[in-house]
Amino acid sequence: MSLTVSLPSVLSRLADGSRSLSASGTTVGEAVADVTRRFPSLTTRLVDENGQPYPFVTFYLNDEDIRFNGGFTASVRDGDELTIVSAVAGG
Amino acid sequence: MTATLAAPVPRSRVAPTLDRDELLRYGRHLLLPEVAIDGQRKLKSARVLVVGAGGLGSPAALYLAAAGVGTIGLVDFDIVEVTNLQRQLLHGTRDVGRSKLDSARDRLHDANPHVKLELHATRLTAANALTIIREYDIVLDGTDNFATRYLVNDACVLLGKPNVYGSIFRFDGQVSIFATEDGPCYRCIYPEPPPPGLVPSCAEGGVLGVLPGLVGTAQATEAIKLILGIGTPLTGRLLLVNALDAEFRSVRVRRDPACPACGTRELQTLIDYDQFCATSGGDGAGLDAVPQIEPRELAIRRASGEAIQLIDVREPHEWEIGRIDGATLIPLHRLRERLRELDASAPTAVYCKGGTRSALATRDLLDAGFRRVWNVSGGILRWSREVDSDIPEY
Repeated sequence: MSLTVSLPSVLSRLADGSRSLSASGTTVGEAVADVTRRFPSLTTRLVDENGQPYPFVTFYLNDEDIRFNGGFTASVRDGDELTIVSAVAGG
Repeated sequence: MTATLAAPVPRSRVAPTLDRDELLRYGRHLLLPEVAIDGQRKLKSARVLVVGAGGLGSPAALYLAAAGVGTIGLVDFDIVEVTNLQRQLLHGTRDVGRSKLDSARDRLHDANPHVKLELHATRLTAANALTIIREYDIVLDGTDNFATRYLVNDACVLLGKPNVYGSIFRFDGQVSIFATEDGPCYRCIYPEPPPPGLVPSCAEGGVLGVLPGLVGTAQATEAIKLILGIGTPLTGRLLLVNALDAEFRSVRVRRDPACPACGTRELQTLIDYDQFCATSGGDGAGLDAVPQIEPRELAIRRASGEAIQLIDVREPHEWEIGRIDGATLIPLHRLRERLRELDASAPTAVYCKGGTRSALATRDLLDAGFRRVWNVSGGILRWSREVDSDIPEY
């Protein structure tokens, strides 16, 4: 499956400046692994040492928080959009 | 579509009348059937607290004042610096070196002398937040650090005050409304802050000067809609502003039943937010200044026969999902009243889902005189990954 991954600007610098990436996988976790394989410096910003999401980085699959839909095991379909939002505190 | 939120301004508060000057000043509002005289009187009777007179607070407070919000409270303790002027429109070059509140008072009074300003020249802390926020109908979060954001969130949840949230970094902004009766709160989206240093502040990472204009204005818009009871509020949605690509979109956010603030409501008092934010780790350890024990070490010591008292401080519905054999369920908010059931002289390990609640519990037990207490690092999730994969992750 191929999906689009949107990164916040705080993380795009770690993906060669790209805010929108293509990724493949059958689950959100596989898609994230595909992204971190290609951009290894994103790894510690997207997943913890156990490969799980941090509590301060939220993954939205087609605008729904994956925590309520299986987390990284949530299955994805062709054309899905994964939006990654990181906590920021500036004001 | 009409807003479904309860009106934040108490109905018992008598809406003031408008004098001739005000009728003229607000003429463009009065032409809108959705506002009209009744709405303008609601605005005049409203009390909105703006936390932070900086990038977000500037446009928000200016528009709230211009719109005729009757009482605006401002919380800030900073001095105007020249580096603020790229985005903080409440302050001008001649204000550099003045207190932000003095500068804001002058600017807002000029924008609308009918508005009553209440200046709180202090850092918002766990000691004063409830007292200050209690006096307002709506809070607008324009702070610049995680500790104060969690503080504002928790205080608003405890007091039942809508929290119109905005935050910015570089070219991105976020806006939502938290702590409404049925909606999510900040902790539902971000259960724990990033470890210190992982997410730079605007001072470290920069911010496009106009971005707080976009986001703070969106916050003011939401606050005004709440007061008037019109439109569709941002409750349950997180507006994402991408200034670089000119994209505005929203994602759905939900109340997390396990949220300690608005879900389980185990968080019944404000905590030490500096400590909470200084010690939260990427593994979700939270308050990791307390003694920790690795799941594998705990498993080995129990297997070797060491009598370790094991306490699960999660909620019963989480307990039903899975538990560590031999544990006793005592939800965090019940811990203090059930201390008598525990042996303070026995070595004790405490766990929750990810390690944050159990860190609080560990601290409480230490405070209560327990001598040998450990927080199970990473909670039952890490236990599931490293010791017993039969326990489901959730």
